[in-house]
Amino acid sequence: MELFTEGDAIADTKAPAGPVEKRWETRRFEAKLVNPANRRKMTVIVVGTGLAGGSAAATLAEQGYHVKSYCYQDSPRRAHSIAAQGGINAAKNYRNDGDSVHRLFYDTVKGGDFRSRESNVHRLAEVSVNIIDQCVAQGVPFAREYGGLLDTRSFGGAQVQRTFYARGQTGQQLLLGAYQALERQIGLGNVEMNTRHEMLELVLIDDKARGIVVRDLVTGEISTEMADAVVLASGGYGNVFYLSTNAKGCNVTATWRAHRKGAYFANPCYTQIHPTCIPVSGDHQSKLTLMSESLRNDGRVWVPKTKGDDRSPKDIGEDERDYYLERIYPSFGNLVPRDIASRAAKNVCDEGRGVGPTKLGVYLDFADAIGRLGRKAIEAKYGNLFEMYERITGEDPYEVPMRIYPAVHYTMGGLWVDYDLQSNIPGLFVIGEANFSDHGANRLGASALMQGLADGYFVLPTTIANYLASGPLEKVDASHPAAVEARTDVEDRVQRLLAVDGDRTVDSFHRELGQIMWEHCGMERSEAGLRKAIDEIRALREQFWQRVKVSGTGEELNQSLEKAGRVADFFELAELMCIDALHREESCGGHFRAEHQTPDGEAQRDDDRFAYVAAWEFTADGEPSVLHKEDLNFEYVHPTQRSYK
Amino acid sequence: MNLTLRIWRQKGPEDKGRMVTYPVDDVSPDMSFLEMLDVLNERLILAGEDPVAFDHDCREGICGMCGLMINGDAHGPQRGTTACQLHMRQFTDGETIDIEPWRASAFPVVKDLVVNRSAFDKIIAAGGYVTAPTGSAPEAHSTPVAKANADAAFESAACIGCGACVAACPNGSGMLFTAAKLTQLSLLPQGQPERYTRVIGMVDAHDEAGFGGCTNAGECTPACPKGIPLNTIGRLNRDYLAATAKGANNTPGS
Repeated sequence: MELFTEGDAIADTKAPAGPVEKRWETRRFEAKLVNPANRRKMTVIVVGTGLAGGSAAATLAEQGYHVKSYCYQDSPRRAHSIAAQGGINAAKNYRNDGDSVHRLFYDTVKGGDFRSRESNVHRLAEVSVNIIDQCVAQGVPFAREYGGLLDTRSFGGAQVQRTFYARGQTGQQLLLGAYQALERQIGLGNVEMNTRHEMLELVLIDDKARGIVVRDLVTGEISTEMADAVVLASGGYGNVFYLSTNAKGCNVTATWRAHRKGAYFANPCYTQIHPTCIPVSGDHQSKLTLMSESLRNDGRVWVPKTKGDDRSPKDIGEDERDYYLERIYPSFGNLVPRDIASRAAKNVCDEGRGVGPTKLGVYLDFADAIGRLGRKAIEAKYGNLFEMYERITGEDPYEVPMRIYPAVHYTMGGLWVDYDLQSNIPGLFVIGEANFSDHGANRLGASALMQGLADGYFVLPTTIANYLASGPLEKVDASHPAAVEARTDVEDRVQRLLAVDGDRTVDSFHRELGQIMWEHCGMERSEAGLRKAIDEIRALREQFWQRVKVSGTGEELNQSLEKAGRVADFFELAELMCIDALHREESCGGHFRAEHQTPDGEAQRDDDRFAYVAAWEFTADGEPSVLHKEDLNFEYVHPTQRSYK
Repeated sequence: MNLTLRIWRQKGPEDKGRMVTYPVDDVSPDMSFLEMLDVLNERLILAGEDPVAFDHDCREGICGMCGLMINGDAHGPQRGTTACQLHMRQFTDGETIDIEPWRASAFPVVKDLVVNRSAFDKIIAAGGYVTAPTGSAPEAHSTPVAKANADAAFESAACIGCGACVAACPNGSGMLFTAAKLTQLSLLPQGQPERYTRVIGMVDAHDEAGFGGCTNAGECTPACPKGIPLNTIGRLNRDYLAATAKGANNTPGS
């Protein structure tokens, strides 16, 4: 059977024509408004409370809408945006080093390997400056210079210092800013907050998104919540790999359920493998820990020049070390973009020059920086990261170079959205990492926080009004047949998972799925490997539904049941990721196909055939998905072979 | 390593609960504490028993979701470390380890090691913010902030809201949590307009949620994985006194 079929081309019809720097201004003017008195009568559901969801829920409530917010954690403050370490980009040009909105736009389009939309990326760069203002006003304690002004630093893929930060906890501080704004609205009664709730289905009425089905994770109660529009801000799907830097609870269920209801899933194979994570230590490993990219400002990456050199790093002399990033990419050096740094690490390890017990590691060495700036300066910049490294590995990175290896970190793919961040389902909006976003095939460091907050604070609150103003929508409640059906589907699915009562745990299946994905759909992909992976995923999924063992009942706090539902959805997503990766016969950004590389091993794009967004439509279980192509046009940043040499 | 775990099992809020003993063998010193519990849970599931419920998410010490009393210490024996970042190399072969939930009347047990910490959210909702609706912000550089103040504000802002301070306190007080947020915002120029209404609102919400009062036992800071300093509570008290003297009411934002 065919793996997929091709359907009609699609296009983003919402971005205005005209000069790119005028499009957002034009859209803001042309988008319809909802008058403040009418906003009170409208309900918006927001799923997820990270940077995108938290900022959107707070802002919509400030504007006067009634908001219902959902998160699976015990508090909205715990969403995984909190773990972002390094920083947030903004085109403030406070450094006077040649930055501008246009340069941030240019760097992001180039960094994404020319697989993102110019209109969206330009808007992101424009809005970036407002985000910093907003966060400072909320009391976010950004790092400052002695004169009291904001400090910035460099990040990968850029030659200007445009990254604002709060030590190694930038995501935490930005999220707490959004969380506090959200709590203020909860206190005022404008947001109804539902913690420990998980969205398990989308409710469509007359082809519009009108509600969701949620499970209360404490009581197990399944209920249907209705609204005028639904916003998904449920994050990325990196946990399909089992081991990733994502939180354990991160999952694809909200977006996948929407996909099954008709929302297109765009570019699922675009995943970001972060170059600087702590290597795997054993089979018990449950997650991987990131070491911020900012460390590459001062750390130098190296491996021994000779294969199988088992000596301690301090015994390996300068002339016996290969600072391979500095050697191959002299102009960007250790600050090349993430996809490039990750693949370079894989290559030296494949050559047999990896370090550490598993030989899947490279050194990130701070000896030069400590010598140049002193230990105190390094402590001030990275103290918490060094401590974290020592807690996990038992090694002191002030004395011994860190060992790092790439790990799954972020997913650029996600639900397809137009310029208004609306999916192809009217009334279903998708923001933050959950959408296929502005990052193309590779996201630059410190741009995830920027995009999440741009979407939530500034873009969505403007564009959603255009949809809501087109109403009034028909009044509906949870007794509508479509809502009842969605709820029954959820109940049936919970019962099916509990009924299998097999002999393997959910985690054992998840681990095995993750190994298949890492092996064949990770840093390097090939046709043979992807075909093998698709077969293996299908076979394993069948096993899952025959042999999984979920203990307990559906009417209680049941963490094994929660995991089972998420892993069941990961199985379906995994297959689509492999099909997407297989069909894209080129290399771009984080998607590296072994068959498509330049003579010196860099990603070889094929703009004639693949300069498009691949948006996948679900048909039915066991039936091929339909591919819809959205052509990408580049009027301002002319596609070139990316070079960081 | 071979270990004996004694774990608090409690089916739900109404259940009385009890300690149950589980042997766990072949523990690697490189495992995190939660990975060791994962191993136990995998075994329990296959044996048809109810796995131990515990809260966790990021497993990198920043989300604040995990929280266990380990041998009577909040987050276990290592200073400045959450339970998820605690590694088994901190324990010795053959050791017996007691694992219990946070115990405080403001944090009722949901199941096993899972407690309800929503009281913390209520404290924040009662004033732990700067009222700055989206779009209303002035240019970021319009107000410089002395580096010392910004750094001190950051130190307090590092709180992860895990509740270890409450669990460690003999009174079950949430003062360190409350003071951390108050200190952050009162050190910044952006936090000044609401400084005194904020402290009244948050302290009242703290008391209403059933937390105990602070009697300077000083148990909270050593248990705090982020090392929030005890002097933040002194700052809270000074601001509270000043606020009462000013007669500020507890309506946030007024």
